[in-house]
Amino acid sequence: MTKTGRRMSAAARQEERAAWMLMAPWFLGVVAVTLGPLLASLYLSFTDYNLLSAPEWVGLENYAEMLRDTRLHKALAVTATYTFVSVPLMLAVALALAMLLNRGIKGLAFYRSVYYLPSLLGGSVAVGVLWRQVFGIEGLVNQFLGLFGIEGPGWIANPDTALISLILLHVWTFGSSMVIFLAGLRQIPEHLYEAAALDGASKREQFRHVTVPMLTPIIFFNMVLGIINSFQTFTQAFVVSGGTGGPSDSTLLYSLYLYSEAFGRLHMGYASAMAWLLVVIVGVLTAINFYFSKRWVFYSDGN
Amino acid sequence: MPRRGGGTGTGRIRRLVKHVMLILVGTVMIYPLLWMVASAFKPDALIFRDPSLLPTDIDLSHFPNGWSALAHPFSVYLLNSAIVVLGALIGNLVSCSMTAYAFARLRWRGRKVSFAIMLLTLMVPIYVILVPQYVAFSQIGWVNTFLPLIVPKFLATDAFFVFLMVQFFRGLPRELDEAAKIDGAGYWRIFFRILLPISVPALATTAIFTFVWTWNDFFAQLIYLTKPEMQTAPVALRNFVDATAGASWGSLFAMSIVTLIPVFIVFLVGQKYLVKGIATTGLK
Repeated sequence: MTKTGRRMSAAARQEERAAWMLMAPWFLGVVAVTLGPLLASLYLSFTDYNLLSAPEWVGLENYAEMLRDTRLHKALAVTATYTFVSVPLMLAVALALAMLLNRGIKGLAFYRSVYYLPSLLGGSVAVGVLWRQVFGIEGLVNQFLGLFGIEGPGWIANPDTALISLILLHVWTFGSSMVIFLAGLRQIPEHLYEAAALDGASKREQFRHVTVPMLTPIIFFNMVLGIINSFQTFTQAFVVSGGTGGPSDSTLLYSLYLYSEAFGRLHMGYASAMAWLLVVIVGVLTAINFYFSKRWVFYSDGN
Repeated sequence: MPRRGGGTGTGRIRRLVKHVMLILVGTVMIYPLLWMVASAFKPDALIFRDPSLLPTDIDLSHFPNGWSALAHPFSVYLLNSAIVVLGALIGNLVSCSMTAYAFARLRWRGRKVSFAIMLLTLMVPIYVILVPQYVAFSQIGWVNTFLPLIVPKFLATDAFFVFLMVQFFRGLPRELDEAAKIDGAGYWRIFFRILLPISVPALATTAIFTFVWTWNDFFAQLIYLTKPEMQTAPVALRNFVDATAGASWGSLFAMSIVTLIPVFIVFLVGQKYLVKGIATTGLK
């Protein structure tokens, strides 16, 4: 008994040692690259810091300043509009196309590739450059509208329409969500549709009462991820607006304002406070999502 | 269940309508990309007057012009991007697989807490750690080197990939490890000789996404690489926008295409793994 016990513990010790060696890079990473900077940024958010002289403790001043900063409020409003318009729109398009592609259609792999490609390219500077031209005054969109005799605005140059071009760019990258939906649709057992059909349910009723409930966990997952990601969008807004968030701050996404505060004006303390507000916002939105998910997300295992 | 709608008239029409819709959507989506490619071969004067995809007048000067339009030839920026991508790729493959193996297969104190922390780091917005990271890296003189972009990857900081590989390892039969252990193999041996060789799908997915994300990454490269000779392709391209100020859209498009080609090749080669990777973990 004692003998096996000792041998077990020797084996366990060996396992423990191997694990810690394997985990060593991660532990170092968490301390030095993730959690350490996280705490440092919390500290910096209570200071006035410009990289050149030592941080100076200012208490809640940065947070008080955020309440007064109208440009920050504008950035929040722009980001919220961008997120709450583009994410549902993108998910709706993704779901609609996943439905179209689901039922054993010919050429599925081809369509899937074509729709997926923009998701890979959408975050690049090159596509941002392209978007500037597509939505420019002489761009592709206006050339197309011109065929019908409509004279389009200079989408990028006009504060009323500039954000639309960014929203459309986000919707354009619906492919990855579509692939997730396609995988989810495949998981729905065929017998549920058969049972519904036996009960005389039409195609539309089957969609409403079988497909949608069974997909809600995936819709939910996509939505949470979509909101978190879109609150952090940077590259597209930076490139399309030429780094300014203009015209008239109409494309000033939160991250863009944070960037200009931190690396343009070297307000590192204020930028840290802004980053923490972002943490809170993303956290609260995720919590709200989870809270309301109980009402509409359906888990087939009964939880 | 028998497939319906095989030969009936309405079924055929419905399928036709479906395909027409799918093709229409696909065309609208891909048209801007094709238009960019076509524009890179058109004389500047024609780009905004002729929306068609087939240039009537081919102009091949945009590629050499764009290549040498900035302070350094474009090859310098592409090479810088390649170095950063290669470093990130090796770092992620090594560190994330090691971490995932310990999480998925070994029992050790603190595993559950560590795993929870790892999941939590998935949710942390990048901006909240970027400022202190920048401060730290600039104090040790790493600004204008590739180190801030590569070293963190060797520390398994891309929790997405750790998670992906944990899921993959958990799906592998435990008998594999047990049998090897009975044969006297140690943990490292099991990891390198047994698990890694059969984990090619997970490793490939990690490699592909690391490649695409790092190649496309802009924010970190923008703040860390300010010297022209250190800049990567996206940063250079962005400077190109300012430098030309609309003088030559053709060259700008040509260089945009050059930066997209690597991603496009990876997309063609790695499609199978991309689709599987997204479907199982919800990556972008």
